[in-house]
Amino acid sequence: MIDFFEEIFSTLKQNKLRAIMTGFSVSWGIFMLIILLGSGKGLEHGMEHNFAGAVKNSIWVYSGRTAKAHNGLKAGRTIRFTNEDYDLLRRKLNGVDNISGRLYLYDDISITYKNEYANYRVTCVMPEFNKIETMDFTKGRFINQNDYKKFRKVVVVTQPVIDLLMKNTKDDPIGKYIKLGSIPFEIVGVFNDPEDKTSKKVYIPLSTGQKVFNGGNRIRNLAISTQATTVAENKAIETQLRNILAKRHRFSVDDEKAIYVNNTLEHFKQAQGAFAGIKGFIWIIGIMTIIAGIVGVSNIMIILVKERTKEIGIRKAIGASPSSVVRLILSESVLITGIAGFVGLLLGMGVLFILDKIITSMIEGGADQMNYIFNHPSADFNIAVTATLVLILAGLIAGYMPAKKAAAIKPIEALHDE
Amino acid sequence: MSDSIIRIENLHKSYITGKNSLHVLKGIDIDIKAGEMVSIMGSSGSGKSTLLNIFGILDNYDEGGYYLNDILISKMSETKAARFRNKYIGFIFQSFNLISFKTALENVALPLYYQNVNRKKRNAIAMEYLDRMGLKEWSNHLPSEMSGGQKQRVAIARALISNPKVILADEPTGALDTKTSYEVMEILQEVNNTGITVIIVTHETDIAQCTERIIRLKDGIIEANEYVTNPAIEVVNG
Repeated sequence: MIDFFEEIFSTLKQNKLRAIMTGFSVSWGIFMLIILLGSGKGLEHGMEHNFAGAVKNSIWVYSGRTAKAHNGLKAGRTIRFTNEDYDLLRRKLNGVDNISGRLYLYDDISITYKNEYANYRVTCVMPEFNKIETMDFTKGRFINQNDYKKFRKVVVVTQPVIDLLMKNTKDDPIGKYIKLGSIPFEIVGVFNDPEDKTSKKVYIPLSTGQKVFNGGNRIRNLAISTQATTVAENKAIETQLRNILAKRHRFSVDDEKAIYVNNTLEHFKQAQGAFAGIKGFIWIIGIMTIIAGIVGVSNIMIILVKERTKEIGIRKAIGASPSSVVRLILSESVLITGIAGFVGLLLGMGVLFILDKIITSMIEGGADQMNYIFNHPSADFNIAVTATLVLILAGLIAGYMPAKKAAAIKPIEALHDE
Repeated sequence: MSDSIIRIENLHKSYITGKNSLHVLKGIDIDIKAGEMVSIMGSSGSGKSTLLNIFGILDNYDEGGYYLNDILISKMSETKAARFRNKYIGFIFQSFNLISFKTALENVALPLYYQNVNRKKRNAIAMEYLDRMGLKEWSNHLPSEMSGGQKQRVAIARALISNPKVILADEPTGALDTKTSYEVMEILQEVNNTGITVIIVTHETDIAQCTERIIRLKDGIIEANEYVTNPAIEVVNG
């Protein structure tokens, strides 16, 4: 086996320039493929980041103002959700995992801890809300059923809020009290928003919010996570939801302004579909580039076989079988494409790695929007394996025709070919 | 069993080029015994190279029979032909046909590569044969760095390394000057003395005179088959 490789290397050594030139086209092909696929991954990560905040199959319902007269009622009526809407949907809407109503307290409620204070929007939610919107808890827990039922004055905030309010103390925030307006709330949990690490959010139980801040039984909007896995299923749930609410609030089912429904699964799938298209396109371009490389290698190998007609004739005259000639030419081609491709692979990976580092430092340096466009471009292990297989195949294809030609060389003709 | 190493019976061979058919060999019978040194002579177009190619299983014949070491060689696969060539036959060519990018040693060792002899062993054997040809110091030189006589000696060493029964030499001295030609013939005679059959195709009478038997071909048939009583090489030596 070692012998066999030495035989090939000794030929390749004679023609360094030719081998390098041949290899370059393959290197370039693989390099481009890796760069393209890596960039594709980067775009994909960016897209995923856009959806990181909400569970992928969620529906958000906002109340609006009717635009059509319906059932003897004039257009322009404001629709208001209450706890009854929540109860109704809980009872009647099928295919639902979690529902949470939301209510916002006015922005001018000041949040204070000792001498520090800030103004952030306080959102009142239900215990199920953390199953609809993803939160990375660093300390403590989310609002639970007991908090909700017993109107407990508890609060859950994001880390940046803690960083601001407790910047002068090293206290453990859990169990500490902050004041919302003049009412103290106990901090029970601290989390990070995976979508935006700087976002400042303050959550209290909806029941507490309604009671303490005179919210009555009002709900501003509803967040629903569904069991649906397809857009069609999610769409069906959306339609059902629209019907239920239209009946209750007496507006026309096709009144788009009465309630506004944001179906994230639909968006996600749309983006995913578009993305699958891009991905396919990238693969096609990559494969085409490699094919160009294969044709290049094949061409050069054919010329090479012509150049080596005499040598092959000699080999055959002294006992080389046709299969050993095929092996010789094929291995040479596979070796060239293999090594060249590997170089291209490494270069491509290297460029992606550097790009990743640059983008990461840009994001850390405050260019957070990069997160949503392009981040972590990388060619994963599978791509590397696929590319390697493509390479070996490319070498075989590139070498096959020339090798066949070489094996068919008749020693007499070759030897008389002066 | 006979002591023939190469035997042909009523051998016919035609080359077909388009509509024309060229009848090159028109029924030839030759019987060469093991250990003989034979030359085949004839003007160009007499069919002597074709005959040698058939002997070397480099070409097929149309009719008749060819027995190499009493084995009938008829149409066979390339792979099998390669094995036969490797086992029985050593070639020497007018233009040496050494592989230009391989050193003398690598060229000599190549037939053993196709017999799957490992590198260390085949290089050692190749060195032995080069030494016999007086080219030990030249083992790491490329063919382009050697003279014609040296190249032909490398080619002879390569032909001998697989321990063939027959050496087929196609105009082995055609590209050499007279002095070197006789040196090469001397070596071929030494080879023959070790019991290997040597068949030389030539058109030079004095080269043919170095062999024991001369077969003269003319227009595809044997014109004469004469035994040399006093091989010329002795005269040169004396």
